[in-house]
Amino acid sequence: MASDDVWILGITMTKFGKHPTKDVIDLAAEATMGALADAGVTMREMGLLAFGSLMGRASGQMLQKQVGQTGIPVYNVSNACATGATALRVCHMAIRAGDADFGLAVGVEKLAGAGLLAGGSRGDDSKNWTPSGRFGAVGPIDGRIGTETMPGVFAQIGLEYGHKYGGTSFELFAKISEKNHAHSTLNPLAAYSKRFTLDQIMNDVMIAYPNTRPMCSANCDGAAAAVLVSDAKLKTLSLEQQRRAVKVSASVLTTDPWEEACQVLPNVNTLTRQAATQAYEKAGIGPEDLDLVELHDCFATAELVHYDNLMLCPEGGAVDFFNSGATWRDGKTPVNVSGGLESKGHPIAATGIANVWEVATHLRGEAGDRQLPDARVGLAHVIGLGNACGVHILERAAA
Amino acid sequence: MPQPIPFVEYLVLGDSPHLVANECTACGARFFDRRNACANCFATGFRKVDIATEGEVRAFTIVSLAAPGIPVPFVSATVDCAGTSVRANLINIDPTPEAVHVGMKVRLALQPVGADGSGVEAVNFGFEPQR
Repeated sequence: MASDDVWILGITMTKFGKHPTKDVIDLAAEATMGALADAGVTMREMGLLAFGSLMGRASGQMLQKQVGQTGIPVYNVSNACATGATALRVCHMAIRAGDADFGLAVGVEKLAGAGLLAGGSRGDDSKNWTPSGRFGAVGPIDGRIGTETMPGVFAQIGLEYGHKYGGTSFELFAKISEKNHAHSTLNPLAAYSKRFTLDQIMNDVMIAYPNTRPMCSANCDGAAAAVLVSDAKLKTLSLEQQRRAVKVSASVLTTDPWEEACQVLPNVNTLTRQAATQAYEKAGIGPEDLDLVELHDCFATAELVHYDNLMLCPEGGAVDFFNSGATWRDGKTPVNVSGGLESKGHPIAATGIANVWEVATHLRGEAGDRQLPDARVGLAHVIGLGNACGVHILERAAA
Repeated sequence: MPQPIPFVEYLVLGDSPHLVANECTACGARFFDRRNACANCFATGFRKVDIATEGEVRAFTIVSLAAPGIPVPFVSATVDCAGTSVRANLINIDPTPEAVHVGMKVRLALQPVGADGSGVEAVNFGFEPQR
């Protein structure tokens, strides 16, 4: 009997980093053809394409024109840093709804050399002060009423956690970054795979205290793609395809519910906690069952709060949890063994598929030098400011 | 001399400068921007309420990298003003981790932004340490 489960049949990510000779469609095509080959299927079988590219002007239709135009619906999705996860979610929903047997999700970005992605430029003051916009401001507010830069926003989110529960320090956040950079040395697809000492991290260029440059996600080029398949269709495929398939035990997308202050400083906690709660419930899996977690460490300060939001530790216990060594690759709950966004890189729309690739690759036992022994269950999490949160729980095939 | 104008509409100048919020008459949720409806309970009635001018820093960062034209470093903070959160710069304070800390008591203070082409001065707000 077929169930209503959805599986990842094929998945790939390109090398993250600098790809000066490839345009955004070249990268998307490389990931797409890689995922199709990994799945053992072609564009002919795909029932839909969900495509995300946030900063470029690319579309799924432009990708189709290079890899195969078969007339299927394209959903061009945009959900900030959760864009890739949203593309996966769209395929998952279409398959669950019985609309398609196979879905293709693609995320791609070219960001190498980009600076601040928000708050990177500010308009000039006008010649005559005239109130405009929703705050009736007479001039640009960034830098005058707080900051709009992401390193600054997430720095505040980390310090707010410290204010609430205590125990945080510049050094603690730097140690989280030290862990992720250490992990990255085993990842050949990471944009940066250099180990940093704690001193090097703390003495690097300050971006927004306490986040120094290596504590910030790396802008880079990259793409990731996944082929999803229904349970019924998977059962008709080869035993090898069935063996390598990874079960999507939960695919959840949330936005932030209103709470005091959420329109003043983005609240990345409520929606992550809600997404995690829903995902654990759907999957019938608890945080203690996870063999690895790829979470959205867009900044070192963000990783800390998500230990708590994903309930990897008791409420308020993220500092103790990290200090116990639990999130290092030999710890109880390895987090970001890929190197995370701080070293693997963060090509925005690709991230929400690339982190699923990382988890799936461990579950398949194909992670090479950084393979976690006997990984059976993993979780991938992304946050897009605005806000959107995607959580996917994945399980190794039973066979 | 033309009268100075507030940098944002939710800042009231005069003898006792303060911020005003749009408070939902149904659920009490507060917002500083122009509203279509309440994000919490979807009601459409709002009244203006004065916000406390003293508060506590709940979160901050010291921004060292910002868009061209923005003087750095500066301190960006979330200030809890008697239960209403306000986003602002901390001013009249050394922008260093030694001088700024979460939990510190601050109060509203004004800061001139400059004059426009016709000599009208815009005045912004920030929060400074309570002394």
